[in-house]
Formats: sequence, C-alpha cells, structure tokens
Amino acid sequence: MSHATGTKYIKDGVLPHMWCSGCGIGVMLGALLRAFEELDYKNTDTVVVTGIGCTGKADDYLKTNALHTTHGRALPYATGIKAFNPKLHVVVIMGDGDSVTIGGNHFIHAARRNIDLTAIVINNFNYGMTGGQVSGTTPGGSFTSTTSWGNPERDFDICALAEVAGANYVARETPYHGWELKELIKEALNKKGFSLIEVFSPCPTHFGKNNEMKQTREMLNWLKERGISADRFKRLSVDEKRSHFAIGKLVDRNEPDFNARYEEIRMRAAKG
Amino acid sequence: MQGNQAISEGAIYAGARFFAGYPITPSSEIAEECSKVMLKIGGVYMQMEDEIASIAAVIGASLAGAKAFTATSGPGFSLMQENLGLAAMGEVPCVVIDVQRRGPSTGLSTKPAQGDVMQLRWGRHGDQSVIALCPATVSECFLMTVTAFNFAEKFRVPVIIAPDEIVGHMRENFSLPKPGEVPVIDRKKPSGPPEEYLPFAADKDGVAPLASYGSDYVFHVSSSMHGPDGCSNNDPANAAWRIAQLHRKIEMHRDEIVITKTFSAEDAEILLITFGATTRAGRAAALELRKKGIKAGVLQLITLWPFADKEVASLGGRARKVVVPEMNYGGQIAGEVQRVLGSGADIRRINSYNGEIITPQEILKAILQ
Repeated sequence: MSHATGTKYIKDGVLPHMWCSGCGIGVMLGALLRAFEELDYKNTDTVVVTGIGCTGKADDYLKTNALHTTHGRALPYATGIKAFNPKLHVVVIMGDGDSVTIGGNHFIHAARRNIDLTAIVINNFNYGMTGGQVSGTTPGGSFTSTTSWGNPERDFDICALAEVAGANYVARETPYHGWELKELIKEALNKKGFSLIEVFSPCPTHFGKNNEMKQTREMLNWLKERGISADRFKRLSVDEKRSHFAIGKLVDRNEPDFNARYEEIRMRAAKG
Repeated sequence: MQGNQAISEGAIYAGARFFAGYPITPSSEIAEECSKVMLKIGGVYMQMEDEIASIAAVIGASLAGAKAFTATSGPGFSLMQENLGLAAMGEVPCVVIDVQRRGPSTGLSTKPAQGDVMQLRWGRHGDQSVIALCPATVSECFLMTVTAFNFAEKFRVPVIIAPDEIVGHMRENFSLPKPGEVPVIDRKKPSGPPEEYLPFAADKDGVAPLASYGSDYVFHVSSSMHGPDGCSNNDPANAAWRIAQLHRKIEMHRDEIVITKTFSAEDAEILLITFGATTRAGRAAALELRKKGIKAGVLQLITLWPFADKEVASLGGRARKVVVPEMNYGGQIAGEVQRVLGSGADIRRINSYNGEIITPQEILKAILQ
C-alpha cells in the first residue's frame, strides 16, 4: 500500500502555501491530512475550525467543511458544532495566542467538558502574524518585538494545562518528528473526548531571529535537542528539566466525553 | 406567563433546538426554562464559560443545522459583539435575546432600561446590518421570538430581541398558539449538485441557501473577507459586493421586516412614538388625552432596526407634535425620529435613566405643561 499523502484534502491550485520557509504549520497540516486519509475521513463529515493568526490560514487550503472564526474563540464554535451533531469529526487548529492566551478560558473549559474534538496547537512561542510579539507561551527572558530586553513573564505549559483541566488525550511533538506527529494525531482523532496535540514549532521569521536562531536549521535543532520522551524527561533533575521538554504521548485516559454524559442525563430527563 | 418564559416558549415553537448561554440578570429565566425543556425535546442546552463562548457555540450549532439562540443582558451583550460580527459576516442565522437593564457597566442590574438601542444596531465593528425587535407585552414576547427566528432563517442574519427588564419579568395571560397557527420558516437549503454549491452566492431574493455541516454539501464559512465559495478573497470588487450584500438583503425586504403597531394614530395631532415598556405608558397617556379632547395616538415600534423611517415620516409628518418617551439619557430613538422628520420638527423627548419606569402621568405632565 502506498503511503498516504493527504493531498486529496487540499484544494486545487492553492499551493504553495503562505507560511514562511521553516515554519512548522505546513508539517503539522501535512501530518493532519495524512492522518485524515489513513482514517478515511470524508470531506462531508469533517469540520476544521480555525482561529486567527498564522494557523488561522489553514482552512483556506482544505476541501473539508471549515469554519474560520475569531481570535481565541475557535473552541466554543467547535463545541457548538460537536454538541449539536456528535457524528461530525471536529478538528480545531489554533496557535498559542488563540489557545492559551486570548482563548485560555475556552481552552480549559473545553478540556473540562471533555468535548469530543481534537485540538491542534501550533506553539511557536510568539505572535507570528502580527510581527513577533510576546505571547502566553513565550519563555521567560526570551526576546520578542514587545520584550526587547527579555520577557518578564513566565510561559504556560499547554499540555500540563490540558491535563489538569481534564483532557482525555494529550501529546506534544515538533515538526522535526513528522511521522510521529501523524501517528499521534491519528490516535487523538480516534480518541473519544477532548484531545490536545501541541506542536512546538519554529518561527524563524520572528522568534528565531530575535533569539539568536535565524536559520530554520538552528530552531529545528533547538527543538530536536530539547525534546525527549516523557519517560526520560521524568528522570531529569529540576535544573535539567528547564532546558528540555517531553514529547510523545503524555496523557491517555477514557473519561466519558460531553456528548456521552449529555445522553445519560437526557435518558434521566425522559424518565422523569 | 412571564415575558422571559414566553420568549423560551416562542423559541421552542419556532423550532429552536440549541441554547447556549451564561447566567445574567434579568434574562436568566430564559436559560433556566431552556435547560429543562431542551433535554426533553431532543435539543441541547449548554451553559458556557462566558457570553463570548455562548454566542460562538450558538453560531457553530447553527452551521451544524440547529435553530440556535442565546439570552443575555447589557454586559453579556457587549461581550458577544465580536462573534455577532462573524454571524453577520458569515450570514449565519441566530437569535440573541438582550433583556435590557440599567447600565452602564454593572449599573442597576435588576432595573429596566432602554439604553442599548444604538448598541443593537452599531455594537459590532465594521459595516454590517442586523435586525432588532422589541416586544411590549408577554404575547409579543412569544410572537416576536417566532418572528425573530423566521427572519434569522429567511435572511441568514443575526436577529436580536431586546425587551426591557419590565417586559421580561412582567406576567400576563395569553393563549399559546397551537402548532401551525403561527407560521414557522426554515432556512433555504441547497438543492443542486453538491460540487456546485456556493454558500455565499445570493439568489434573486438576496439570500443564498445554507447547507449544514454533515450534509452532502461541503462548505466554508469565514470571518475573513470571502468570495461566493466562502474562502478568503481580497479582491476589492468582491469586498464591495460582500459588504453591500450584508445590507442589501435587509433593505430588499425592509417592508416585511419593519413591524409597527398604531393606536388611534391616524388623526393624531400628538403622536407618541414608543417601544417596549414605554408603549404601555404611552397608550395610557394617549387614552387620557383623548378623554380631554386632545387628538393623541401612539406609533409603537416593534422593529427597532432597520428603523421605521417610512412609518415615522408618514404619521409623524401629520402630527403637530411628536413625543418620544424612552428609558435612556439622550433619546436614542428620538434622535432617529429627528433624523427622519428633520431638525424643524417639534419633538418632545421624555427620558428616564434612574432605573424607574416612565409613568403615564409623567408623559401627560410633559405634554400638557
């Protein structure tokens, strides 16, 4: 069997895409569409919901149903779609600004509800589309176009946030590991309940340039060297953990999702 | 029945099967009622994390095929504006109830006001057009909610119903219409070959058919400027067409959308122009004036937006004096009346902004002094 390319989900004549050379969004989208193909998703039963920013352009390339929303609000839009029609495959593509900065409240509540959708977050540590400003995931001390002398704030750990908020499935990858990313996305799509895939992604145009990694290669290496398996990560000292992050599957559980719980309550209401 | 409850009943009658909201006085009864009913009729009730999420979920559910709505008051209505802009831009049918309370900010959260009139029309950034209705009785709460869903579905537009707190919490008797008694309209669905479906190519009636996610018709909806296929399109000619489209479809059907009522207004020398709770005081005052031999009448605006220019011009133009009582500071409707009748027209504004109702006596006093 030939490998899935995912190209059947891409509209005719829209390539090349608009993302900068070295950006991880294209790798993520490729992995997602290959996962769609391997799972035999249909355009008719799939809805891709996007927010605003570089990731928010993803829907323009797709043949599936799509809803391009407002900044940070993609998750509640997707929640309405899934809650009303549980048969649909709903995938939400966001950046770190969308998901945990302007949209942080929606993120934790979507995870708490365990609504059955797959959220993919491209975390490139800054606002790429608007010129590389600081975001809720910019590491402390890092330089951005609005933290010229270093970021005084700390960054969110998006995966940890999803875990404590109640997500059924949490995984992190980098574009360096495209195949693994596709496999994780497949697992997330198959998982009932809220699943999160965080993709640590290079932004050579802004974050890399501002933090002495002007070349795509340097940013990819930075991610490759720091990303280690969850098992290895656990064994690191506190100091070592600061310069590393866990990749691969981090959380996998089977709590009932929103629609399942809602059906249970509906049965109760029907009796009462 | 209470006004807020009549709104829930009206929504269910119209076919609403999705409600997402966030509790806020004085609208919470609508959510409470829906939380009980939706489960029983195969619908979905969701309490979201805030009003931003509520309207987002409503729009998402609408695109999945639901007749969907939310209910709120001033502070929550402000939070909804950005996503309501998407509903306008993406031509997504939805209904929002804004039970108006005394602001600004937290203000007098349990007291009535009519201070959101301009926000109903202009709350969103950019150029767009919506429909806003304002009931004055419990029966109108029911009927105008059905009408709101009909307009939303027919014209693919957000429709806002804006009773004031008095009307939302008032109790009156009325007979619930039987199924089929009041017309219920569903959105126009596509019927051609799925691969040719263009979700933003308007038919002759100014409105494009709308499919549902999950049907054979695959489609894109976007907050960004988009072409007939729903995908990004930055061409100036397309942008001009699209922005005009948002207005044109409302203007085309203006006479159907603008709903007014009159009470002995045909020969009125003194015309009271009212909406919501002020209609009740206005009618009582007009009756008093008639008893005194003064030819007074009432023009009640049920549709606030688009504004009833023609009706105001016709009846207001005949009257010697036009009186506009409203529960806001500047006279938000009075300003529109002035725009229609011209700066020379004799327009008496009666404004209350202390959280108290305007009484018939206050109106009489203002007219007779």
